[in-house]
Amino acid sequence: MELVCPAGNLPALKAAVNAGADAVYIGFQNATNARHFTGLNFTNEQIKAGVAFAHERGCKVFIAVNTYPYSQQMAQWHSAVDAAAELAVDALILADMGVMAYAAEKYPELNLHLSVQGSATTHQAVNFYAQQFGIKRAVIPRVLSVKQVAHLVKNSQVPIEVFGFGSLCVMVEGRCYLSSYATGLGPNNFGACSPASHVKWEQKTGHLETRLNGVLIDQVPEGESVGYPTICKGRYCVNQQTGYAIEEPTSLNTLEILSELHQLGVAAIKVEGRQRSPVYVKQVTQIMRSAIDHCKISGDDYQVNPQWQADLAALSEGQQTTLGAYYRKWQ
Amino acid sequence: MNSKTSHTLVSNSKKASISLAPIPYFWSAKQVHAYYERMAESKVDVFYLGEVICSKRKALRLNDWLDIARMLKNQGKEVVLSTLSLVEAASELSVLNKICGNGEFMVEAGDLSAVHMLSQLGVDFVLGSTVNIYNHDSWRKMKQLGMKRWVLPIEHSEQDIESFGNIMGCQTELMVWGRLPLAYSARCYTARTHNLAKDDCGFVCDQYPDGLKLATQENDEFLVINGIQTQSAKQYNLLENMPHPAIDIYRVTPQISHSEAVVALLRKRLDGELSSAQVHESVIKLFPEYAMSNGYWFKQPGMSQHTTVLQ
Repeated sequence: MELVCPAGNLPALKAAVNAGADAVYIGFQNATNARHFTGLNFTNEQIKAGVAFAHERGCKVFIAVNTYPYSQQMAQWHSAVDAAAELAVDALILADMGVMAYAAEKYPELNLHLSVQGSATTHQAVNFYAQQFGIKRAVIPRVLSVKQVAHLVKNSQVPIEVFGFGSLCVMVEGRCYLSSYATGLGPNNFGACSPASHVKWEQKTGHLETRLNGVLIDQVPEGESVGYPTICKGRYCVNQQTGYAIEEPTSLNTLEILSELHQLGVAAIKVEGRQRSPVYVKQVTQIMRSAIDHCKISGDDYQVNPQWQADLAALSEGQQTTLGAYYRKWQ
Repeated sequence: MNSKTSHTLVSNSKKASISLAPIPYFWSAKQVHAYYERMAESKVDVFYLGEVICSKRKALRLNDWLDIARMLKNQGKEVVLSTLSLVEAASELSVLNKICGNGEFMVEAGDLSAVHMLSQLGVDFVLGSTVNIYNHDSWRKMKQLGMKRWVLPIEHSEQDIESFGNIMGCQTELMVWGRLPLAYSARCYTARTHNLAKDDCGFVCDQYPDGLKLATQENDEFLVINGIQTQSAKQYNLLENMPHPAIDIYRVTPQISHSEAVVALLRKRLDGELSSAQVHESVIKLFPEYAMSNGYWFKQPGMSQHTTVLQ
């Protein structure tokens, strides 16, 4: 089971490689990838340096070109595919069928991975991409229980990568328009959820208000930690009750079920967080590396080291973690 | 923001059809039957039927849907069977397989599992708005696989469709009325509101035949919770902005109380019997309590309302 770690810049890439990642995934500095944030991501020169650094240390590099271009934007996405092929990365992570068709036809030797944004939640959907575009791996959305993951892995024609740690998308990826509804910009068409340009923080007496394009997402009382205002983690009124109607600010953490995921045949564990600091990437990579190694050695005797849990909790949104949809009762 | 567009009394050269999307909410079998008996009398040309949100809702089984489909077909309506938007369980795949292989009615694919099955069977299909087609290359791929009609993903604008490329040879359908389907999750938010897990939900969503309103802490109605689906609280309303030459079929999303009135108004607009301004006034009169949006069509945030100078 591989460990696939995020990098938003060269120092983060180096941190992930040094901390034991089997692969690092990155993106270009534009809307072709789903972490389109100011100051984040790589120039072609930085990718070259990153690929050389990683390859010298036996680590792979994947590039995400995983947003959905409109017809008139196709040329830019084609250029991204061309650049990735030229930069000799180990795989290209794609979501759009048009981009996939282009990559498969022009670079038949290039490994294509289905992005989580491709929204394939069944083996039928994964096999569709495998048969139509020859994908070599699929990253699946964070909506399946462990039992459902097992069924998918068993029946899939390609290896499956699942999310193991990081921010939790509670909506099926690739089909969430919440940010787009409020701002016009979302993961599919822009490569970011709650774009910073539309976020407003305002200190009021006793609480901090967070807004997204004017919509009140939360009023955070003084002393509480303040999360980034994504719509799904806001506090709203439903049936006269105010609270986290969708999800609390929390991170996904699969340490508890890592051995199970390993035994059911998951090919890779992905860590979310290209927007995170090199220090964060280093710490999470180290812990996940230890846990995966422990899984491989211990088999059924795998036990979670309490220190890993404590350290990951400290790095998590709202300092709390969840198994998310893997755990049936969360649903 | 004002812009002047020319919405004169037009009549499309091709006959513009009206479709009714699948019922997104959990209604009782009695409510569903009553609804379709009423709507069979309306100007709806194409009916999309089936449970598309939650496989646990079993007020109607596939055979019950097929009975309704045949009733509508006998009344001269076109019927399409729609599939789940978010497919997760093996049991859901097995139902999906039955729907795709029904052999009698065309199927609207809610995800790529359905597309895979339908293309393997070699049957034509409608591509639902929850399959991401943002560009002509993806569209062409689907057309090669048997797509005869596509429902535009909700965030596509007029400008996007006009610069999309040649879309001849496949019908284009656009949602013009209803709550926007914004997201799907493994978690049931209606059950969560009642402090229940999805597996023990007690079908509480049957208490909310028009969904459950979610408001911000300053009382702005923002979203609607419908089981595992999240919708917009505002009505997406393009009635006064239609017809459009690229669109063949105009889709209305059901709500329990008012689909007939919307369909009647839309028919009159498509036939050129009412001007855009008249439709605008009628909508305000019919639904004084509803907040409206049309932003996506104008390449703006989905929740925003673009004001057009109407003629």
